[in-house]
Parts: sequence; structure tokens; C-alpha cells
Amino acid sequence: MIFLRRQVPLLITLITGIVFAAQYYVPHPASEQMLTSVTKWLQIIGGFALVLGVSSLFHVHAIKIRRKEAGWGYSFVLYVSMLGTIAVGLWSNGKEAVDGTMTAFGWIYNFMMVPLQGTMFAILAFFIASAAYRSFRARSREAAVLLIAAVIVMMGRVPLGEYLIPLSGDLSQWILNVLNASVRRAILIGVSLGTVALSIKIIFGMERSYLGGGKE
Amino acid sequence: MAFELIIGAWVATGLTFFIFSFLYKDNPLFKLAENLYVGVSVGYTIVKTYDTVIVQLIWKPIVENGEWALLIPVAIGALMLTRYVPKAAWLSRYAFAFIVGVGSGLAIPRTISSFILKQIEDTVRPLMTLVPGEGVTFTWSLLNPASSLNTIIILIGVSSVLFYFFFSVEHTGPGKVVARTGILFLMIAFGAAFGYTVMARMSLLIGRLTDLIEFTDRSYGWPSLWLLGLTILALVVMSRRSSRNKPEEQ
Repeated sequence: MIFLRRQVPLLITLITGIVFAAQYYVPHPASEQMLTSVTKWLQIIGGFALVLGVSSLFHVHAIKIRRKEAGWGYSFVLYVSMLGTIAVGLWSNGKEAVDGTMTAFGWIYNFMMVPLQGTMFAILAFFIASAAYRSFRARSREAAVLLIAAVIVMMGRVPLGEYLIPLSGDLSQWILNVLNASVRRAILIGVSLGTVALSIKIIFGMERSYLGGGKE
Repeated sequence: MAFELIIGAWVATGLTFFIFSFLYKDNPLFKLAENLYVGVSVGYTIVKTYDTVIVQLIWKPIVENGEWALLIPVAIGALMLTRYVPKAAWLSRYAFAFIVGVGSGLAIPRTISSFILKQIEDTVRPLMTLVPGEGVTFTWSLLNPASSLNTIIILIGVSSVLFYFFFSVEHTGPGKVVARTGILFLMIAFGAAFGYTVMARMSLLIGRLTDLIEFTDRSYGWPSLWLLGLTILALVVMSRRSSRNKPEEQ
């Protein structure tokens, strides 16, 4: 039984890992077709993963409502809005617009989801500004550099900033395209080396945490 | 104006004010909008996933084109759901093993090619350029990211930041200078990222305010003005009620 529970999953990882790593080096139509198919397969499997996540959310809020815990009314709102959106979405065949006419699902998207999402992220502007005011004190040389770079980029992104500091536009572009790009490149190289190392460890069974805990 | 647009304007304005009310303090209006946001977003994702995965990737190809091989990923995906049956939960490992195995296999050559070799290739570029008629030239323009001067700056930036994260060598002597240069580059990048994020959020804020201004129009029935007043009134009432309840509790 331990073979089925522990060894077979490791074997599946080993075989699929080696096959799809090798696929990159085989420029044959069959190889390309295999890649196309597996990409589609991963999308399908990902859909089932969503079921796992959503059912967990359902469960947590159902318990809150059943036990009438503090704030259970908000859980009820969440439930109703979720089920309502699903019902309307299925009724509209998942389409926001048909022949240029907005569907009920499109109405939910345009007048509920977009404003909620936009405002939720927009209020972060206030919190970021307040956090910056409290923590952006040029206490060291490094902090001063960070502060100056942030101010230049902020100034360079708006017409008023460019009007007040004429050089800020060009300077902002230079910071973003050269200095920022070089750091992003270095971080990307480091992260990529880590990704390759982790992938190799996973394929050869040295990293097994994805199989979950349990005695077997 | 269409009735659904007027109702939409009222709903969008109300929800926007409810979220903005958090700037005053955490309150039931914000919590209501927050939970509504989660519910609608999850519902939207479920519908979109159903349409993309179940209808477009599974049902139509199998029924219309007879692609029965698609039942294999369906079976693998279904194995994930065995998590709900404790005795059969181990079967879900097969699905995770497949996803992780394929993901790792695909990642190795593509990461090496696109994110390591390509990035190094773009970093280590010739410092001089051969211009026909002018011969070998060194370009000083800072505004051109491909200029010779910027090539040197990028090379210094990438090397010093990589060295800063390389802990196998002690950062002393000349190594300390390189590491400190790396920190300097990192600070500039963090500052730039911060500034960029702030401006992106500002752009969203301007978008919301533009909508609110648009909804002050008479054709919508002045929802921005009415709902602003009602939201403030609700906050005042709730604040008074909670301050009245506090002394009673004490």
C-alpha cells in the first residue's frame, strides 16, 4: 500500500518532469502537440482545484451562519452575493454582453465588481501615503536614496510634477528603464536559479512537501 | 437613459462610498461592501471558470469533436476531490504529482533559456557600437537605454546586486564596496517601485472620483450627492449609537 500511496506519486512526478523537460529539446510537431495538449489539461485540472478552494470558503461561512457567530450577517451577504452572481452568470451563459447589449452578468461586473475592486485598491493610495509619511524619514543614506528615487518617479509620472521639476520626466524614465531594470534583472536571475534548483529537487524526489503530510 | 444604467450608477456610487468610509474608521457599511466584493468576485470567478473549463475545454470538444482523451485530465482533476473522503484522500496525491511534475519539467529549460541566459545576454552587451561611416563609437546618452553608458551602468547594477545576494563570500574589503553598490541600486529600485505603485493607486482613485463626478449628473438622479449625504448620516448615527452604548456597558 505504501508503494501506491508514496512511491507512485513520486514516480509520476519523475516521469512527467523528465518527459516535459525533454520536450523543449524535441522540435517535432508531435512534441509541440503534446505541449499544447498538456497546457489544456493543466487548465482543466486547475478548474477542479478551484472547486477545492471555493468549497473551503463555503464551509467556513456556512459554519459561521449556522452557529450565528459574531458577524454572521456579513457571511450571509457573502453567500447571497456569491450565489446570486453564479445564478445570474449561468443564466447569461457567462457572457457580459451579447451583440453589444449588456447582460445581467455584465451589469454585475460593471456596476458592482469594477467599482468595488477599483475603490478597494484606490484606498490603498491613502494608506501607502500615510505609511510613507511615518516611515520615509531619511535616517540613513540608503533611506534617503529610496526617498529621492520614489519622489522623482512620482513627479515624473504626472504633468504637474514635470511642470514643477522639468527634468523629472526624463529622470524617472532613466530610473525605471536602467537602474530599476538592472535590479529586476539581477533578482530575476537569482529567482530563476532557485526555480531551476527547486524543480530538479522536486523531479528527483528530494522535495516532497507538495504530497502533503500524513503518516504514509 | 436606460433604467439599468441609472440603477447601476446608484449601486456603484453607494458601494464606492461604503468602501471609502473605511478612511474614517472600520464600520458596518465597509464590512458589508467588503463581503459583497468577496462574494461577487468569487461568484464571477466560478462562472468564468465554468464557462472556460467545463463548457469550452471539456463539454464542447468532447461532444462536438469527440476528443475523448480529455476525460483523462477530468479524471486527474476529479482525483483532487478525493480530499473530501479521508480514507481515499491519498489519491489526490496523484493529481498533485502530475501538476507539480509537469510544471517542474516545463519550468527547467524555459527558465534557463528565458530568464537566465537571455537576461545575461542582454546584460553583457558590447560597450562600443559600430556605426557605418563613423566607425566604432561610444554613446553617452542616458535617455537611450541601449547606449554604451547605460550598458555599463546596467552591468554594474546586475553584478553588484547579484553579489549582494551571494553569501558564500564574506562581504569585506573590495567585496564590501561591491555589496554596498548593490544596496544602493536596490534602494533606488525599491523607491522607484514604491513611486510607481503609489501613482498606479492614484490613477485608480482618479478613476473612481471621475465616476463619482459623472454620477452627480441630473440624468442619473444625483446619486453621488444623495448617497454621500446618506453615508455620512449613517456613519454619524452609528458613531453616536456606539458611543451611547459604551457608557452603558461600563
